[in-house]
This record gives sequence, structure tokens and C-alpha cells, in this order.
Amino acid sequence: MSQQADPSPIDKSALPDARGHFGQFGGMYVPETLMTALYELEHAYREASNDPGFRMELDSFLNEYVGRPTELTFAERLTEHCGGAKIYLKREDSLHTGAHKINNCMGQVLLARRMGKKRIIAETGAGQHGVATAAVCARFGLECVIYMGAEDMRRQALNVFRMRLMGAEVRSVESGQKTLKDAVNEAMRDWVANVRETHYILGSALGSHPYPMMVRDFHKVIGEEVRRQILEMEGRLPDELIACVGGGSNCIGLFYDFLEETNVRLVGVEAGGHGIEPGKHAARFEGGKVGVLQGCKTYILQDPDGQIELTHSVSAGLDYAAIGPEHAYYHDLGRISYGYATDKEVIDAFQLLCRLEGIIPALESTHAIAYALKRAPQMSSDEILVVNLSGRGDKDVQEVMRVMGVE
Amino acid sequence: MTDRIADAFARAKSEERTLFVAYLCAGDPDAETSFAACRTLIDNGIGLLELGVPFSDPLADGKTNQHAAERALASGMNQQKVFELVRRVREISELPIVFYTYYNLVYAYGEKEYLKLAKEAGVDGMLVLDLPPEEAQTWLAACAEAEMKTVFIAAPTTPPERLAIISAATTGFIYYVSQLGVTGVRDSLAGDMADKVSEIRQHTDLPVVVGFGISRPEHVAEVGKVADGAVVGSALVNCLAENADNPEAAIKALDATSRELVAGC
Repeated sequence: MSQQADPSPIDKSALPDARGHFGQFGGMYVPETLMTALYELEHAYREASNDPGFRMELDSFLNEYVGRPTELTFAERLTEHCGGAKIYLKREDSLHTGAHKINNCMGQVLLARRMGKKRIIAETGAGQHGVATAAVCARFGLECVIYMGAEDMRRQALNVFRMRLMGAEVRSVESGQKTLKDAVNEAMRDWVANVRETHYILGSALGSHPYPMMVRDFHKVIGEEVRRQILEMEGRLPDELIACVGGGSNCIGLFYDFLEETNVRLVGVEAGGHGIEPGKHAARFEGGKVGVLQGCKTYILQDPDGQIELTHSVSAGLDYAAIGPEHAYYHDLGRISYGYATDKEVIDAFQLLCRLEGIIPALESTHAIAYALKRAPQMSSDEILVVNLSGRGDKDVQEVMRVMGVE
Repeated sequence: MTDRIADAFARAKSEERTLFVAYLCAGDPDAETSFAACRTLIDNGIGLLELGVPFSDPLADGKTNQHAAERALASGMNQQKVFELVRRVREISELPIVFYTYYNLVYAYGEKEYLKLAKEAGVDGMLVLDLPPEEAQTWLAACAEAEMKTVFIAAPTTPPERLAIISAATTGFIYYVSQLGVTGVRDSLAGDMADKVSEIRQHTDLPVVVGFGISRPEHVAEVGKVADGAVVGSALVNCLAENADNPEAAIKALDATSRELVAGC
């Protein structure tokens, strides 16, 4: 096993550079009106990261309010069904408000308090990030405004009501395709106008520096727990990790601690929608090309003229034209592989997980499940597969009923 | 090589006028009406034409300009047609033309190729809204090589050390946004404008224009007291928006509004 003694070819801690670049990706591509706020945020974040008091405060809230650590569950019947690798599920679905999103919201709201900001804004797609933001704002008594595409508000009506119950103002975004991308545009416009008293809790590992770095850092606890748990349960590291990728926050959160373990395969699963044709999917590595959108350089679904293409996914949370810049970097490096699952595969996998494990997964996370269903049978029974179950599917039940044609 | 931008500011200065910078979205509501709109503004004595290149995700723009971009794209506008519009304007005028655009539109062609096309069409300067000087190294070199002037924005939140960076990157003029926020019409102008403009002047000898929120002749006059130029956008775009189905009425409204505002110079 001389291989294990070799130093890893990956040095994850070197990224991003001082200006937020992951190789050619990332950076700070924003209007001048936001540059100063972003530098202030970066400065505040670096200071907080080096303050043991901040880390202790965050850990305490993650334990007592958010519900960490989450379980790593052996999916026995799913494993039997697939007839290959042992499948474990990382149960981010068991967190308060129903998804991994709150890891980042808790981190950022504590940071906003340190910075003396009184007003919080956020965008949301599926609504999970909006709900998590509304919750932490209620917990700390901060004003909260959530931007959400009108189409997503229709698909995720329950989450809209949840946010309002917790005192957030949900603003409907009517521009563009009325989904996540348009909500990000509106949130950035609000931030430009109110930057002095407002903190923008961006919900994915996306946008301008320092967000991709900061959001990743607040989620890397997912992978750190998995490492500890799988070593306890199996005495060794897993062979493959699978997570869904919209912007990429749950995915980088799971993968980050394993990037340098090159024996562990890492697979991100994008939204294949109706299939890989322009406007019908959200798989950026299948037909996207490098460009700049909403603050960073990354892979983007766009037409040859540079206009951003329409996207489609059954899951609002993956329905986005760009992918986090750190993913773009590790994609080109070949360290993380990316696949996709179609809407149909997702609806099938959704029902299967419900029946076999008694777990209702979020449609976003179900993309990872759908991919694992294909992957596990190709692996041997002594191999280990960990799937990030990033959110629970209560919010999706109505949409699934509609898609399945149940009255 | 003539420098239309510098010449226009020099001429305005010698005549003790404020340079009137007029913004329109290229192709709003369609290519033909957009050309008529440009001609109307030129006939009414504007000093510089700023053309917004319609983008699907204009995050630095307020509703007025977003809708203008949507109308333009819906009418079939694309970047080649924007260049074509510039060529047509060039046939009738030697006014400086500056693009107001987003970096993905540039990147899709490649910086050098984009600049070559723009230069050939007759564009004099480039303001790329989401490209701060920190990310603009290759862009600045390409602009210098193509003899394309650069325009950068300074904001009320921009600290002195960034004013120095912005000034160093600028070769055309500095565009000071008088209020925080995205583009749009407002009732009053920010009070600290004069202080900030003189602060900017400590870093550069290039012209400084003020924009975002100028909608009345008295605003233009007020800006003229401290800055070299006044940018009017939404007030003009609204003339087209309010008459989107009637090109003739749109041009008539634009004619009246631009006459009134240019008089403020």
C-alpha cells in the first residue's frame, strides 16, 4: 500500500486564492456598488474564522438548534434491492427546517450579527434555503426578506407559507423565467440598494467571492461527520460519495473533507430534466460553457451569443443555469465526476426510497439516489457508497402527486 | 486616430456646457424604432450615446432597463444586430458611442474578437457593469490594443483606495452613480454628490459623469455644476416603454423629453 504514503496531488486548502479564484473560475464579477460590501464581508468572515469564540458559538447553535450531528444510516433494503455496494445515507434531511441549508444560514446569520447588520435578504429556489433563513432570522429577531420566483412559489406553496409563518416577507419575482436565477438577480438588486444595513445570505456555493468559500466552509461539517461515522461503522473510508448539484453546496459540503483522498470517488449529479436538449435540463457540464453569471466565472448554460439559456428540472432547487466555481475547477481537474438524472428517473427513485426505506427524500436529493441506483449494482458487495440525503421531501409531495397524475 | 470621447468632453467644456450622456437599450423595442430613437436623440443635441446591450440577466439594472432588455431580446435583437445598429448610427453621426454591457456577452465572443467587432462598427468606449478592475487585467490590455476607451463606475460606497484602482483602469471617463441602488428614476439627487465627485477628481484628470436617477432638466443643471457630464437613462427609456406598441408615439415622446432635458445642460 505504498500509494497511501504518497502526498495527495490535491491541495484543497490553497483554494480559493486571495481574490476568490479556483484556477480560472470564481472571482468577483459584480457591479462596483457591491465590491466594498464583498470586501467587508470577506474581512469579517476571515476574522470570525480565526476567532475560537465564533466557532464555539456556531458549534453550540449547530448542536442545540440545527440538530447536528446528523445520522449516517445504512440503507439495508435499498442495498439489497440494488445488489451491489453497501449504501449509506447521510441524513441531512433530519436537520431543523428539513435540509442541509440551515448549516450555512446559521453560520451567516451569526456573521451578520457580528457585522451589526439588522436586515437579512436571501433568494430561494425550492424554498428550503428561504425557510432556513426565515428560521434563523426569527431566532435572532432580524428583519427578513426572501426573493422567490413566481413559478417556484407555485411549485413550493407550502414553503412560502412556512417562511411567512416565521415572520419573513416573501417577495414574488416576476422577471425572466420566474425561478431561482431571477430570484438571485432580484436579491442582488436589493443588496445593491440597501447594502449598508443589509446582509445577503446567499444560499449556495455560488456567486461572487467570498460566498463560494464561505458557504462551502459552513457545510464541510457534513463530510467531516461522514468520515468519523464511516470509520466507526466500517473501519475504513467509503469508495464513492454521491450528491446532487444545483449550485453545489450540499455536494461540496460532503466532498470537501475527501478531496485529497484520491481513492475515494466523488460524483456530483446534475438535473437532467426532460433530457439533454437546450432549455430542457440544468446539467451545466452537459452542454454548458465557461462564462460569467451572477458574480463568478464558471460553467453556464447559454446560447452562442452569451444569453443565458432557460433551464428545466422537476426540482426547483437544481433548476439553475450555473454551477458553483469550485465544482467547475474540480471538474476540469478530473477530481470530481459529474453525471445527471432525468425527471423520470427521479420520480421513480423518489417512490422507491419511500417504499424501501420509509424515507421521503427531497426531489433535489433524489437525483443523487437515482444515480446511486444505477451505480451500486456496478460495484461489489464489499464496496461502500455514501449518498447525501440533503433534504426531506415533505415540500415535494404535492408536486409529485401532480407529476404522477394523482388527483 | 480621433478620440471622439475626449473631443466631445473638451468641446463641451470650451462651450461651458454639461455633456449630455443619453442611455438607450439597443434594439428597444425593436431594431428599427431603436435606430429612430438614436437619431432623435442625436438631432436634439445629446453629447454622447450610451447603448445598453440587451442581456437576459441584467442584475445591475432596475425594472425600467430590465424591461427594455426584455423587449429588445423578444424582438429578436442579438449582438450582431447591436453592432449593425451602431454601424447605422455611425453613418449619420460622429458622436461618441459607449457600450453599457455585461461580461458574459463579451466573454462569449472572446475579449479581442468582441473589441474588434465593436471597434469596426464604430464603438468608442466600453462600460462592462460586472467587470471590476480586479478582474479586468486581460480586458484592459485588449482595450488598449484595440484603442477602445474604458469606462468604470464609482459608487457612494467606493473608498479612496478603490478610487485609485478605478482611476488607473479608466481611459475614457468615470461614471459616478449618484445614489446607491440599481438604475431608475428618482425624485431627488443624493446630497453628497459634490463631495464625492471632487474626491474622484483627486485621483484622475479624466472627465467624471454622474448618473442613476436623473430625470428632470434641473437635475441635469445641478449635476452640471460639479460634473463634466450627466447621464440620463430611465427617463428616456420610459418614453419607449410607455408607447411600446406605437413606435411613432414613442419617438414623439422621446423627442419632447430629450429636448426638455438637454436644455438643462
